[in-house]
Amino acid sequence: MSDMREFRPGADPSSRLPPRSGDDGVAGALPPQAGRGDEASAYNFAYLDEGTKRMIRRALLKAVAVPGYQVPFASREMPMPYGWGTGGVQVTAAILGRSDVLKVIDQGADDTTNAVSIRRFFAKTAGVATTTHTAEASVIQTRHRIPERPLTENQTLVYQVPIPEPLRFLEPRETETRQMHALAEYGLMHVKLYEDISRHGHIATTYAYPVEVAGRYVMDPSPTPKFDNPKMDDCPALQLFGAGRERRIYAVPPYTKVRSLDFEDHPFRVQRFDQPCALCAAEGVYLDEMLMDDSGRRMFICSDTDHCEERRAAGHVGTEGVA
Amino acid sequence: MSDALLQARGLTKRYGARLACADISFDLDPGEVLAIVGESGSGKSTLLSLIATELAPDAGTVSYRMRDGVMRDLAGLSKAERRALMRTDWGFVRQDATQGLRMAVSAGGNVGERLMGLGERHYGQIRAQAIDWLDRVEIAADRIDDPPTRFSGGMRQRLQIARNLVTTPRLVLMDEPTSGLDVSVQARLLDLIRRLVAELGLAVIIVTHDLAVARLLSHRVMVMRAGRVVETGLTDQVLDDPADAYTQLLVSSVLAA
Repeated sequence: MSDMREFRPGADPSSRLPPRSGDDGVAGALPPQAGRGDEASAYNFAYLDEGTKRMIRRALLKAVAVPGYQVPFASREMPMPYGWGTGGVQVTAAILGRSDVLKVIDQGADDTTNAVSIRRFFAKTAGVATTTHTAEASVIQTRHRIPERPLTENQTLVYQVPIPEPLRFLEPRETETRQMHALAEYGLMHVKLYEDISRHGHIATTYAYPVEVAGRYVMDPSPTPKFDNPKMDDCPALQLFGAGRERRIYAVPPYTKVRSLDFEDHPFRVQRFDQPCALCAAEGVYLDEMLMDDSGRRMFICSDTDHCEERRAAGHVGTEGVA
Repeated sequence: MSDALLQARGLTKRYGARLACADISFDLDPGEVLAIVGESGSGKSTLLSLIATELAPDAGTVSYRMRDGVMRDLAGLSKAERRALMRTDWGFVRQDATQGLRMAVSAGGNVGERLMGLGERHYGQIRAQAIDWLDRVEIAADRIDDPPTRFSGGMRQRLQIARNLVTTPRLVLMDEPTSGLDVSVQARLLDLIRRLVAELGLAVIIVTHDLAVARLLSHRVMVMRAGRVVETGLTDQVLDDPADAYTQLLVSSVLAA
């Protein structure tokens, strides 16, 4: 089994997923020491046992084959609470190989609790190299943001998803929402956007903004800001979504059409920022508002910390930046 | 009878050993209003659910003349076709408005849902149609952004009617639409239904235990008891000159005000 973990990330998303060997229920047929790391850790490589990884990979293959369709999977208990990215962590564990380089983003930042913990978790249980640089990473696990730097065919983006069902808040019955997906009855999704406009005068949904994938399934792009929706469209990288609590996996294969829903007279628009990043003077990027002191002074800086650092290293200086 | 809009043949439904509907057949013509009356537990609502294909019958068929003029067995339609039919060419006004409306969505969204389901993607036009329909069911245009939770019982029923009629269906099923409303509100709602039915040439199957509702709205009446049709005929005929003993009892049970 050890050669199975040596595959390198490639342009073809399926190359990341090992071939099926024979019978489906082969968890018991695996050698007892399968996947044990060289570090003689008590954990299997990347924490999950090989049977579980295989189950998740099967779900991933199905998800890639039917873009935007929510595939149920037997989500496991992870050593972290629901809502902290248990779905994303399981997907990452299932696709991680020894040669992968992992980057973890939380709200765009590499240095927040969630990102640091998950990065450490895989450094410890899989012994893989980790990075904060988007360009160096082969697997990027994210909550909320898609990096500002365009992704490549050699990268896989793994999203942590809290609520995978875009129709959930309008239709509480799972049996009914499945039916609606099956028959592509998505009128209700527009009812949500209609409600937005009638209440606020414009489509006020700024995150988890529903998209139509490959002209078929409507998908919730997890809590990413709608600013990032256009990056999902025709993206060279494979995008995988894992919802641990809700036990669903879905995917957007590379170079797939992803269209944000809208009305003819209220077209989809991303938010614009009046000013560039205060630290690196970047424009056309997603900014976070930072309170500076008790008197309410504030500045807007890049949400993508890696992007901001790289620009500053390259000599770009904003109004609050240090040259 | 070959130009009937809907044909029920031998509809039978059992709940275990209990017979809810026994061998019920009838035809409904386009633009005809049929009242199904009977006491509680007589199988009226079960019959309505069988017609709406919400329940599968143990025996019998329901056929409907599609817009292309072809009579088709509803059980033979695919699920997608059946659901599309229910939300465009049919309407269903429920006794409990909370089941027929989306209570968390504004009145305008409730009326617009069917339009958006049909692929309408122009906000301005959806809203204009919603305002038009709210006006037709006598709901003020400035209530368009209120959710039905802030509406009175009568308004909710009128909103349900608007939500169902916005796609100009040809057949509307109504399950006790006036029960639970006080009499003055009932009278206004019945007036409204009668006017819309005449204006739009709707065919209606209305289930009611209130003979006054049947008399006011329907052309024909079907009297049910213990799952069987005991008498059927023109409304005036059945209510003024009932032939069946049970119908006689039913008619004589109405209290004069």
